[in-house]
Amino acid sequence: MTISIEKLNELQLDVLKEIGNIGAGNAATALAKLLNKKVDMAVPKVQILEFKKVPDLLGGADNLVVGILLNITGDINGYIMFMLEQKYARILVNMLMGKELKDICEFSEMDISALKEIGNILAGSYLSSLSSLTMLNIFPSIPDLTVDMAGAILSVPAIEFGKVGDTVLFIETAFLEHDYAVVGNFFLIPDVESYDILLKALGVIS
Amino acid sequence: MNNLVKVGMADLNIAKCPEILTTLGLGSCVGIALFDSISKIGGLAHIMLPSSKQVKNNLNKAKFADTAIVELLNIMVNAGARKNNIVAKLAGGAQMFSFTKTNDIMRIGERNAVASREVLNSLSIPIIAEDTGGNYGRTIELDTSTGILLVKTIGYGVKQL
Repeated sequence: MTISIEKLNELQLDVLKEIGNIGAGNAATALAKLLNKKVDMAVPKVQILEFKKVPDLLGGADNLVVGILLNITGDINGYIMFMLEQKYARILVNMLMGKELKDICEFSEMDISALKEIGNILAGSYLSSLSSLTMLNIFPSIPDLTVDMAGAILSVPAIEFGKVGDTVLFIETAFLEHDYAVVGNFFLIPDVESYDILLKALGVIS
Repeated sequence: MNNLVKVGMADLNIAKCPEILTTLGLGSCVGIALFDSISKIGGLAHIMLPSSKQVKNNLNKAKFADTAIVELLNIMVNAGARKNNIVAKLAGGAQMFSFTKTNDIMRIGERNAVASREVLNSLSIPIIAEDTGGNYGRTIELDTSTGILLVKTIGYGVKQL
């Protein structure tokens, strides 16, 4: 039997939200260490959304965004994706590399690599909270990064979710450092078989 | 811009001259544009998966290449298009991330394009132009006054099919 995220009840959603919360908290701590600055975090918004509506949250389907994708393997398989609007990607790179770039087109190989590393750390923190809460072994791959239209990047998680329903599990996290706010979006994309495993491990289904 | 008809992800629609059908940000999805140059009726589908038969949740016909193309053709014919006049153009089916592992999700774009071609062939609808593959997103516009399909990208230029 496969369970669809549309059919999750309030309690099950709360569990997923709490994981989002803890994961984002760990990610903020990791980011603070990396930047050597105090990083605050707003309470993440966890939503189950129709994927038709997701591009609107990222400034429209043809808005230029950065997507970082990691393959996950172990007791559950699937993907985790971290998406950033270009203005936030630029703020992160500027903070990390001590630059003052005005345009994403100015990113060097090194800047892209730094951004990948941020994606790696954030996704890693999120996965490690998921892993310790569920006692499941979850291993992320090295990250892959692409800069393109929001709709095109989103097609990757949307297609995977599309096999089981018309919605995605979407976690929006805002990190605050001094005057800057950086809003990032996580998508946890378990494959069809991993849903059950994940929800069983969380104790929400028997 | 009042004559712009938007088609979302896993969605389809038709339009008549002088309207323009558009779908934004095709990644691994495929955009299938059908056009009857006599009645000037155009149709556009934005499919996500190759086949409705491999998936349990298949109620949304516009999500799958096999069901979406048949549905779009029916709606166009009901609106006055003639099947024998209809030609097809394809765009999308990119591989957005380049993991070395060649697993299913990573090759989905290619599989969507292959399935779309097969369905069109089985319906005897000629594919007169195509811009598929690559590793970048596409926004497409079908102009129902000319049948021209405009393919816009970020960093890979604009094409007219």
